[in-house]
Amino acid sequence: MSHYFLNAQGLTKSFPAPRGGEPLTVFENINFGISESEFVCIIGHSGCGKSTILNILAGLDQATKGVVLMENKEVAGPSLDRGVVFQNYSLLPWISTLKNITFAVKSRHPTWTKQQVLDHSMKYIEMVGLKGAEQRKPSQLSGGMRQRVSIARAFAIEPKLLLLDEPFGALDALTRGMIQEELLKIWSQSSQTVFMITHDVDEAILLADRILLMTNGPYAQIAESVVIDIPRPRNRTDVIHHPHYYTIRNHIVDFLVKRSKELANPETRVIERPSSSGLRYPPEINPATGSIQEITHPNTNEDTTAVKRNVVNLS
Amino acid sequence: MQNIHLRAGILSLIILTMVLGIWEVLNQAPEQKEALTEYEMLMGGSEPQARVPNPSEIGLLAVEELSDPFYDKGPNDKGIGLQLLYSLKRVMTGYLLAALVAIPIGFLIGMSPLMQKALDPFIQVLKPISPLAWMPLALFILKDSEVSSVFVIFICSIWPMLINTAFGVSSVKKDYINVARTHELGKLRTALLVILPAAAPTILTGMRISIGIAWLVIVAAEMLVGGTGIGYYVWNEWNNLDLTSVVFSILMIGVVGMILDLMLARATKLVQYVE
Repeated sequence: MSHYFLNAQGLTKSFPAPRGGEPLTVFENINFGISESEFVCIIGHSGCGKSTILNILAGLDQATKGVVLMENKEVAGPSLDRGVVFQNYSLLPWISTLKNITFAVKSRHPTWTKQQVLDHSMKYIEMVGLKGAEQRKPSQLSGGMRQRVSIARAFAIEPKLLLLDEPFGALDALTRGMIQEELLKIWSQSSQTVFMITHDVDEAILLADRILLMTNGPYAQIAESVVIDIPRPRNRTDVIHHPHYYTIRNHIVDFLVKRSKELANPETRVIERPSSSGLRYPPEINPATGSIQEITHPNTNEDTTAVKRNVVNLS
Repeated sequence: MQNIHLRAGILSLIILTMVLGIWEVLNQAPEQKEALTEYEMLMGGSEPQARVPNPSEIGLLAVEELSDPFYDKGPNDKGIGLQLLYSLKRVMTGYLLAALVAIPIGFLIGMSPLMQKALDPFIQVLKPISPLAWMPLALFILKDSEVSSVFVIFICSIWPMLINTAFGVSSVKKDYINVARTHELGKLRTALLVILPAAAPTILTGMRISIGIAWLVIVAAEMLVGGTGIGYYVWNEWNNLDLTSVVFSILMIGVVGMILDLMLARATKLVQYVE
């Protein structure tokens, strides 16, 4: 029914009013889609509900309203089809690095023999460059190494969708750069579909095909979806010399500094409420070429399968 | 600047020697000032007066008792090792039964806020009851002093294990639970692979508190029910007015209690993890 691999439709998260207080709506009417093998980042200020969206995609949290469809099936709970890399790594500290991964592989492939599980796990440990450290406990690893274990664990179960919750937030800049490139390398080999939260504009441009920009909460929304057309393979040193790089970067920074606030203000809010005829997806914007694609998605109960795209030129 | 263990050991030895030395010197039998009259001798004046024994006497008895700790010459004359084993058997039976009950129920309470709220009033009322207060009821219902003393151990060991297990389980980090959920672990696998290891240090701490309390209570319980065991032995020697044996057995109670505590401390260390 939809050409997207994953669809988030009309997601709203609100908390009931505490005694004497107002009910809190963190975000409202979030619609977006992710295509297969696409790398999508989401950027927004703290408190706009990015992590909650990720947890809803993972099935760890429930939306107050709206649905998430993966391959046109509703996401009803956590699943091995959606691997999560948590911000604080979430490795089990009482078992070794290797066992943290074999444990995941065993859950994915309960019928595999010990040797199969071991070989598969070691492949991913080598992939993240941790060969030799597999017998160490997580507490004996540095922050960067722990995050690599966490990434290896998520990739090792070969999920259909990989969810990364600010995976490099706690790392120093040097380590972060290294692991970003490793992530790019692994991703290009596996062509995983990835949804990632980040606060780092440069990181998002380096990694993503598209960047979703969120307005400030409460009542946060996804204002637009920025298309990154810098060709791959990308690396940290070359990507900044691409002619589109700074146009894109300035556009995003301008959004974060100014527009995310303006759009959140009820008086200056310009994002339209959804019309009843269909879901409104955030417009796809390419700051470098100035093109804006309005995307409206027909309601799933209608027969039309096509996604309407209106191409408008900014200039 | 020797290592601290050596220096502490030397200091302990010095303190021990001083305390024992002062005790030995100050606690001598009063000397007779003058010869007893015939009347005084007839009235038992020459019998030694009962007094707190000296360290040297206790040491001699300890060597004698510990060289043959497991002899059995009838109900009133058994070796100290045998008596300790009787007590340990009761403690272990009651304690292990308590663990079998307390850890699963603690898991239930820790995982379900409903059960926590429902069971909390019972725990709060039952917990502060002195275990010996159960003794008459236990004797009446169970009709057996041996089983009753095991029951008293059971009831006093259960609370620290129950409360610590519930606390440990309920405070397992949400992250670990999320790891289990995203890997589609079933309820049982989550409990065994994630919650149990995460809560193990807290559970073991509860077990360590419990074994300490159980060892405190068994002495009192055996004084009440009699027959065998280290508590009975202390009371029996008091009735015999053999204070040397009383002091010696007090010392042995301490040593065994220390060993039990050390064992549980070791076990806690094994399951400890660094985050």
